[in-house]
Amino acid sequence: MRDHVSRAARAIPPSGIRRFFDLVQTMDGVISLGVGEPDFSTPWKAIDACMYALEQGQTSYTSNRGMPALRERITDDLARDFGLSYDPETEVIVTSGVSEGLDIAIRAVTDPGDEVLVAEPSYVSYSPCVTLAGGVPIAVPCIARDRFRLDPDRLMERVTPRSKALVINFPNNPTGAVMTASDLKGIADVVEDHDLVLLSDEVYGELSYEALHVPAATIGALRERTITLNGFSKAYAMTGWRVGYLCAPIELADAALKIHQYVMLCAPHMGQVAALAALRSAQAEKQAMVEEYRLRRNLIVAGLNRAGLACHVPEGAFYAFPSVEGTGLSDVEFAERLLAEEHVAVVPGSVFGAGGAGHLRCAYAVSREDLSEAVRRIERFVAGLGEQAAPTLETGQTAD
Amino acid sequence: MDETDTTLVRLLEENSRIPTVELAAMLTLPAAEVEERIRALQAAGVIRRFTAIVDRARTDHEGVAAILELKVSPERDHGYDRLAERIARFDEVRSVRLITGTYDLHVLVTGKDMQEIARFVSEHIAPMERIRETATHIIMKSYKENGTLLLSRDAGGERQPFSF
Repeated sequence: MRDHVSRAARAIPPSGIRRFFDLVQTMDGVISLGVGEPDFSTPWKAIDACMYALEQGQTSYTSNRGMPALRERITDDLARDFGLSYDPETEVIVTSGVSEGLDIAIRAVTDPGDEVLVAEPSYVSYSPCVTLAGGVPIAVPCIARDRFRLDPDRLMERVTPRSKALVINFPNNPTGAVMTASDLKGIADVVEDHDLVLLSDEVYGELSYEALHVPAATIGALRERTITLNGFSKAYAMTGWRVGYLCAPIELADAALKIHQYVMLCAPHMGQVAALAALRSAQAEKQAMVEEYRLRRNLIVAGLNRAGLACHVPEGAFYAFPSVEGTGLSDVEFAERLLAEEHVAVVPGSVFGAGGAGHLRCAYAVSREDLSEAVRRIERFVAGLGEQAAPTLETGQTAD
Repeated sequence: MDETDTTLVRLLEENSRIPTVELAAMLTLPAAEVEERIRALQAAGVIRRFTAIVDRARTDHEGVAAILELKVSPERDHGYDRLAERIARFDEVRSVRLITGTYDLHVLVTGKDMQEIARFVSEHIAPMERIRETATHIIMKSYKENGTLLLSRDAGGERQPFSF
């Protein structure tokens, strides 16, 4: 029998955390900092609005682009908050989460053989989506010394005549890094000079703790070549509803829409109803969650640094990204042993691209009680590593 | 009170047992300063006391609670204050509030059983001068107290241990 699986499907890597999953299944009392989703429930006003809509029988398809009222609300908010102007009729598509938005955006701009630059460490779907679209993903490293921001010079080094697009995600999963307006200006120059399309995943934009989020499309003339992806999963604790959106100039939006209508038809109607209710009436609830994440961030950063894992202060998203350098373990070894010995689950940074090696992604979207307990266990684990190393040191000293 | 005090009060209001080291980490302050701020907030009467929210239905000593609504003739020079303060001094009384609407005072009363509450109201509250009318509502079930839901624990949906 010939191989029934396509070359493209064979080419994409399997999940880098499969074996962790398997290990967790065998254990009790695991505290997981491995989950990239809020521990909060969706604000009740959104749930209540959805239940009412369901009772009214709002269970049909919506327009391919999404409910008009939702699109209008999205563009009104972008205009109000950032001075960004998009036509809700033609330049917005409501998608089934940002995941779908990314897929259709990448497919809308990628021809076979095109190189798509991906700022790494990054969310794990970007490169596989490029591969599935027939493109060639090219990693652009963001490094600890730059506080995981994307450096224009490092980007330049990877640009070739075949480069078609750049994918960025700030605030970043997994590093928590953010880009300021001036950081983005440097990137904008490279993107414009080389006539690239920018795909900017800004799903963590509202989880910015030190300054207001800066959408890439507000920088220079980037709006005309940027597909901005956003959604409700993170800021409004709505992961299971599968609602996101993309905004793009009309010709890019039209291309993405064609793909969207064939593969998805429309985003879930009930999710769109809930998303609209969240935008209209759950702002205070969202703000309270953002404030809670900020406090938890301070808690985990203090704890990780106390444990001896150097950790920069992440300015956005809900991930801390400490270094395990100095423990003598690789990120994978550290994560495996931490899970086995202390029942704390974290994700090895190398899962998010080579640039993440030597780091751990610790999601702090867990209760403060769990977070404090996890930090205590990590401290104990790291101290134990030190003790294992200590006898050698003492022997050395007595020999002197 | 500065912004840090406001956050500190909110955190303690939600859970007064958070260890000082955790408060210090969250507020990025030295632990000693957190303790000092809490002492100052207590001294200023902002924080009155640290207590627990109990779901009576889950205890062996459930008791009974009632809401009293009182129509009151206000006093010259004192308005409602003197009467309200007199009512507030009874141990059976858990809260006293001046409200707008048909009634003037809203009073929460607790007791061992219905008889005890009835006796307390008829003997101590209703006969007070200036009280023109009372309405007593026995509380049948409590769903939320002080911002805390008392529902049967919601399932909350299992989260996967890992996701990207």
